[in-house]
Amino acid sequence: MFPSRFDLIVAETISDAVQAKADAGEGGRFLAGGQSLIPMMKMRVAFPEKLIDINRISGMDAIERSNGHLHVGALVRHADVAASDAAFGAIVAAAPWVADPLVRNRGTMCGSVAHCDPEGDWNSVLLATGADVVARGPGGERPIPIGEFVDGAFTSSLAEDELVVGLRIPVPAGRSGGAYLKLERKIGDYATVAVASHLELDDSGAIAAAGLAMTSVNPINTKVVDAEALMVGQQPSAELFAEAAELAAAAAEPRDDVRGTAAWKRQVVRTYTKRGLAAAAQQAEGS
Amino acid sequence: MEITVTINESDHAGDVEPRTLLVDHIRRTVGLTGTHIGCDTTSCGACTVLMDGRPVKSCTVLAAQADGAEVTTVEGLKTADGLHPIQSAFTDDHGLQCGFCTPGMMLVGASLIAENPDPSDDEVRWAISGNLCRCTGYMNIVKAIRTAAARTAAAASESNGS
Repeated sequence: MFPSRFDLIVAETISDAVQAKADAGEGGRFLAGGQSLIPMMKMRVAFPEKLIDINRISGMDAIERSNGHLHVGALVRHADVAASDAAFGAIVAAAPWVADPLVRNRGTMCGSVAHCDPEGDWNSVLLATGADVVARGPGGERPIPIGEFVDGAFTSSLAEDELVVGLRIPVPAGRSGGAYLKLERKIGDYATVAVASHLELDDSGAIAAAGLAMTSVNPINTKVVDAEALMVGQQPSAELFAEAAELAAAAAEPRDDVRGTAAWKRQVVRTYTKRGLAAAAQQAEGS
Repeated sequence: MEITVTINESDHAGDVEPRTLLVDHIRRTVGLTGTHIGCDTTSCGACTVLMDGRPVKSCTVLAAQADGAEVTTVEGLKTADGLHPIQSAFTDDHGLQCGFCTPGMMLVGASLIAENPDPSDDEVRWAISGNLCRCTGYMNIVKAIRTAAARTAAAASESNGS
């Protein structure tokens, strides 16, 4: 299989890429790792007229901490995230579960986020950790909170002439921990169910901030805001996490499909929420 | 568009359509057919090559994206002394049945050993988790990769005189 014909524009700078996208309009697509886009083009589900390759732009391949944030450049591959000392909590936990090792060597975290696959792993992690997507357009750069970035399945709120140049994930100031528990039929499959957890503790050991988000149990990745609100200010405990798990199970509306029944998936949400939060709390207490 | 890809240490210049996939370029234009096309949907890993040292699925990379890159295919594994340790280990440990997944398995194995000289069974299984063997001959693939690691380490310690 091969894609339909397109013009390839190899951008050397961010502004060239943004200009090329503005010129191309709807028929233009950016190409980073290509691990979702190229298969879609081969299946002729996507057929851009102009493909703007950003892989040769320098300065976008760093994952590093500065000014209280973890910055992930647009060309940081999943494998780079997995190997990074700068990453933390749920991000470190999720990286090895994205796709398979070969795809992780090529696919980028930002590309995956921008793709807005409703069953993608990263957007749950970003919802749990409260990240921003950094977009660059002709008028400059703007951070977009992940909750506003995702507009729906395979749809983002990016303007036509904006490029995702990075992610900005707040690094917790105090003790923190995170987890990403993913059930999949085989390596490289979509999640049957996955749960991202993120906890920050204050000096007394109470939960200062909580993040909880789910993959593959709703039409898009879902932040369980009532469970998060419930946990803030409380001491971590099995009872508290069981209560949060009930709220998560109630917020999940999975479907019966080849991966399992809705009732069973909801039970997995419950179990993974309890386990994930317990792991996050344990990591935070030891940090 | 004009591209030059270094494949197994030789430069291959050519004019490709932008939509040409790296695997097709390697097989059809350059004529190296050791890199296989299995699923053609980024699932099976039969088309695995090393691109700048990292194993990737060449059915999911444009040839144009490999312009200026160093690519190693299964044909590039052999050394001046003969077979690469991974190749002789696959032969000795019966690491293949039909052989279709073998080029990908060997490249992933060689890349793993370069990073981790003494991988455990679990580490090998994790490393090859993007490569499918539909003969389900995984036991001997894992064994062969570990044998290759052990032989590579033994050869290294011998040449160090220790």
